[in-house]
Amino acid sequence: MLIEMHAPPKADAVTAMPVYKRTGKAGIGATGANRVMAEATTKRMAWVTQVAAVRDARDKAAFAELFAYFAPRVKSFLMKSGASPDLAEECAQEVMVTLWNKAHLFDPSKASVSTWIFTIARNRRIDLLRKQKRPEPEDLPWGPEAEPEQADAMGLQQETEQLGQALAALPAEQRKLIERAYFGELSHSEIAAETGLPLGTIKSRIRLALERLRHTMK
Amino acid sequence: MKKIKHHLTDALLVGYAAGNLPEAFNLVVATHISMCDTCRAALAEFDAVGGEVMLDADPVDMAEDALAAAMARIMDAPCMERVSAKPAGGVFPAPLRGYVNGDLDRVKWRKIGGGVSQMVLKTEGGASVRLLRIPAGTAVPDHGHRGTELTLVLQGAFVDATDRFAAGDIEVANEDLNHTPVAEQGVDCICLAATDAPLQFKGLLPRLAQRFIGI
Repeated sequence: MLIEMHAPPKADAVTAMPVYKRTGKAGIGATGANRVMAEATTKRMAWVTQVAAVRDARDKAAFAELFAYFAPRVKSFLMKSGASPDLAEECAQEVMVTLWNKAHLFDPSKASVSTWIFTIARNRRIDLLRKQKRPEPEDLPWGPEAEPEQADAMGLQQETEQLGQALAALPAEQRKLIERAYFGELSHSEIAAETGLPLGTIKSRIRLALERLRHTMK
Repeated sequence: MKKIKHHLTDALLVGYAAGNLPEAFNLVVATHISMCDTCRAALAEFDAVGGEVMLDADPVDMAEDALAAAMARIMDAPCMERVSAKPAGGVFPAPLRGYVNGDLDRVKWRKIGGGVSQMVLKTEGGASVRLLRIPAGTAVPDHGHRGTELTLVLQGAFVDATDRFAAGDIEVANEDLNHTPVAEQGVDCICLAATDAPLQFKGLLPRLAQRFIGI
């Protein structure tokens, strides 16, 4: 039994499993956790490559892969935020079309593809469900900047994965509150007053996980 | 970049990242972040949390023809340009310029008494936001709050019982704070102020005036 538990999964087990669900670190040995981490980072770098292919080559196959993975998650996010299934479907398609049209604005040294798609979906939700404008911060002044360093992009992708794992490892009721906040169920005053919302905890985990981002953006 | 001392609260950052704030608050948050790299980085982190929450949502199947429908909507449009940065010498960051159709010189000020002027900006969603111009050395009438009040300094500085607030600083006040902000000597203090409830002025006269000026 023990040997089986620690035996590496078959080489194709991960690629054959389209739904990848984080489970926190419980039950995985240190090397197992490292392997999961490495695989997850590879997956995130594959998304980065796919967005670059959409941007540079208008690559429809790469777009189809991003669509297959992200559209059902965007749809789920929107339904949990109060959209009907029809509206969520329509809106998830629009979000993916926006990804195609704005691929040149994605910077993998500043965000993971999951973060970027989330921000597009969130803004669409504000347009559609709340019928409000959302003023966005001014872009940082940018010049003829070179392509971000591969190492920076890789580091950021890895750290975002660490953040995701840290969130997954939170106690269930804390995670639930964070989800409620991001699904739009908590107003500002509720977030400010919500003593159960572990802002301090998630902040310290964010800090640990995303230290690089803080440096690259200052 | 100027040294900014007073930043956004975590609750405002999460609210903005999650998209739960009224438009008036969004405008103040976006304007502050345009001036403050510390909060810009913090927002990127809270956005990342949102990305991970979305990633862990149980996927819901798309319609059979969803990909084809999306492909049909894709236009091979040329790359969209980014929002241009603030022109040199301007006072207002880009998100605010969008609401006054330009910079400080385009603001249509209306006097509201005591030398103070304001321009209410049009927003949806239950909170209100205005630009305030407080002449150097002048006090804003003592007032308390029922809800949350955000005050972002764009030019000059003001001092109240809690501290000094200079360009880029934001004060987040709630019902516990009764304050009399006083603009410093020198230049007029220009602020962007949002509230999700009417302000309450202490004296009788300002309260009467309140009915007319719509604060």
